[in-house]
Amino acid sequence: MAGNSNSLRSRLGQARGLGSAHEGVHHWWGQRMSALALIPLSLWLVASLVCNAGADYAVVSQWLSSPFTLGALGLTILITVYHAVLGLQVVVEDYIHGQPTKLILLILLPMSGVALVVAAIVSLLMIAFAG
Amino acid sequence: MAESQSSGAKRHPRPLSPHLQVYKPQLTSFTSILHRFTGIGLSAGVLYLLCWLLAAAHGAESFDRLQDFNGSVIGRLLLFAWSVAFFYHLLNGIRHLAWDAGFGFELPTAYKSGYAVIIGTAILTVAAWVIGYFQMGAF
Repeated sequence: MAGNSNSLRSRLGQARGLGSAHEGVHHWWGQRMSALALIPLSLWLVASLVCNAGADYAVVSQWLSSPFTLGALGLTILITVYHAVLGLQVVVEDYIHGQPTKLILLILLPMSGVALVVAAIVSLLMIAFAG
Repeated sequence: MAESQSSGAKRHPRPLSPHLQVYKPQLTSFTSILHRFTGIGLSAGVLYLLCWLLAAAHGAESFDRLQDFNGSVIGRLLLFAWSVAFFYHLLNGIRHLAWDAGFGFELPTAYKSGYAVIIGTAILTVAAWVIGYFQMGAF
């Protein structure tokens, strides 16, 4: 493939987007970087949820209203959804072989991911500014 | 292109490599497939977390109703399953990151880290639930 001397495409053009051109690994890299960020963030979230076990609405909404929780939870959900969309995309690509279904799922996955993040942020802001 | 490939495969059936059922189950393949399963399960968990936030944003009544469900047997089973999936995916994810960085790929090490992930998952899950019940004043 590379180095085909009969090709009208330049060597650079053939290499762009492939690993050796230091591009084309966005998906792989994004999955790893989000994984790395999620080690502290997800541990914080789960620890916070455990500490709020059995708490009533007043306690939980007060926790959710603090600027730190608002920022950290928003960030955690954003990166979690990004990580989940990348992961589910690979699962769909690996196991769904029927063409219309596969394409529809690959379109819906990032769209629903963005919708989910927006819904979460709107909810967080509503809780924070409700008083 | 995909169509021409599949029609070609019909005319000239290619030899297939042996599939899952002929292999002895291995810890390494088991932990690998479990990573995917827990990842899919945790994606559903994020949806549930969103429901929890939406309920809290909607008001005390909706929030209390969801918390009641969390306290039910089905709710607790779901939360327990998600907590197992979370700690497993977290620990095995760290194992994968180490592999990606070039560490621990030797077979004996891969087996040791696999057992460490399973034992660590059990310990962290039990610890989380003990602390949770302690928070609720169960002890």
